[in-house]
Amino acid sequence: MKIVIINYGAGNIQSIQFALQRLGYEGILSNNITEIQSADKVIFPGVGEASSAMQKLRDSGIDKIIPNLKQPVLGICLGMQLMCNSSEEGNTKGLGIFDIDIIKFSNKVKVPQMGWNNIYNLKSSLFEGIPENEYMYLIHSFYAPKCTESIAFTSYETEYSSALQKDNFYGVQFHPEKSGKIGEQILSNFLEL
Amino acid sequence: MLTKRIIPCLDIKNGRTVKGVNFLDLKDAGDPVELAKKYSDEGADELVFLDISATEEDRKTLIDLVRKVGETINIPFTVGGGISSVNDVEILLKNGADKVSINSSAVKNPQLINDLASAFGSQCIVVAIDAKQINGNWKVHLVGGKIATEIDLFDWAKEVENRGAGEILFTSMDNDGTKNGFANEALAKLSQTINIPIIASGGAGTIQHFTDAFLVGNADAALAASVFHFQEISIQDLKKELKNNNIQIRL
Repeated sequence: MKIVIINYGAGNIQSIQFALQRLGYEGILSNNITEIQSADKVIFPGVGEASSAMQKLRDSGIDKIIPNLKQPVLGICLGMQLMCNSSEEGNTKGLGIFDIDIIKFSNKVKVPQMGWNNIYNLKSSLFEGIPENEYMYLIHSFYAPKCTESIAFTSYETEYSSALQKDNFYGVQFHPEKSGKIGEQILSNFLEL
Repeated sequence: MLTKRIIPCLDIKNGRTVKGVNFLDLKDAGDPVELAKKYSDEGADELVFLDISATEEDRKTLIDLVRKVGETINIPFTVGGGISSVNDVEILLKNGADKVSINSSAVKNPQLINDLASAFGSQCIVVAIDAKQINGNWKVHLVGGKIATEIDLFDWAKEVENRGAGEILFTSMDNDGTKNGFANEALAKLSQTINIPIIASGGAGTIQHFTDAFLVGNADAALAASVFHFQEISIQDLKKELKNNNIQIRL
């Protein structure tokens, strides 16, 4: 199986590579369009700030190809957020795969949310065999509100989407690569889709 | 609900975990990769590695170690010590660190916080602050607490937040090594002053101390070293007891 981790210069992707290794897979880091299109599974990571990450995607032309991919695609953290219509962070227009706008937590709670929180109302084959209310590691200041494409919820200030799915596109706000055995199981589920 | 975090800290010198009092009389506390794996399996929520190496050669050993730990564990880990540039951070992240912690270098060059936050995102940047009370006022100290400054802890914490840090690791030098509990009053005040998460450090001796850091100090996470390394408190027992005290904890 050919797994491509889209490498567009957006922060730390080594952790994902290591998690794949622990699961017995090898990921290819690439920003090459042909390489991404020919993958069996595509992982779209992202750490950092939305507008500059989006600019990097546009610079490499990757923004045009992601919405047309037919194989399973998993956006993680900022990757998931960039797959949405827009983000309040840096007034960024997103890839428009998920029909929802990303907004910021208010200062009623500590921002960023940092740490382990539970995911529930699980609704996708991505969560095959995953019990309700397991803890995942999250680290983010912006979030996707609840919407028709939600496949998991988490509560922090409000109940929001901690995972989204539309057709072959999956997005998780949490870091499965850093969320213990259960996180690895979710990654493994994605790779077996 | 977001849970409170328990974070074992490993002081690393020349590829080994060490523990001493004020960096003196260093005792070997084991192989860092094995310890990291053990803590991760026991339910630690994150790990912190603090590099106290002095030489370039030791630094290379640390990078190899970060890579081995990154390959092995499936929880987040932060690396601190000897970081003073964007390039230093890039090397650590490329080898599997998830976050970095900066301390003296941020005081000497506060712009470093802005630079790192814009290069890697705030979520990646922890600013460690060592402080102790001088005439009743909390003052920031440098180089593992050896050098006093005139900087007020709370002013500095506010500045650090404004410059883009994602989290603060506050060590009370008054409490560190005493095993008499965390500096809960200062922690609670910090929590009112800033709106980013705070890790409490310095003073852990009993399970009750952790409970107090969360309930009285309002800390988001608590960090300790020797009580874990020398098996005085097991992470599992600690987390169970915290949960019994109605503190949100991941078991």
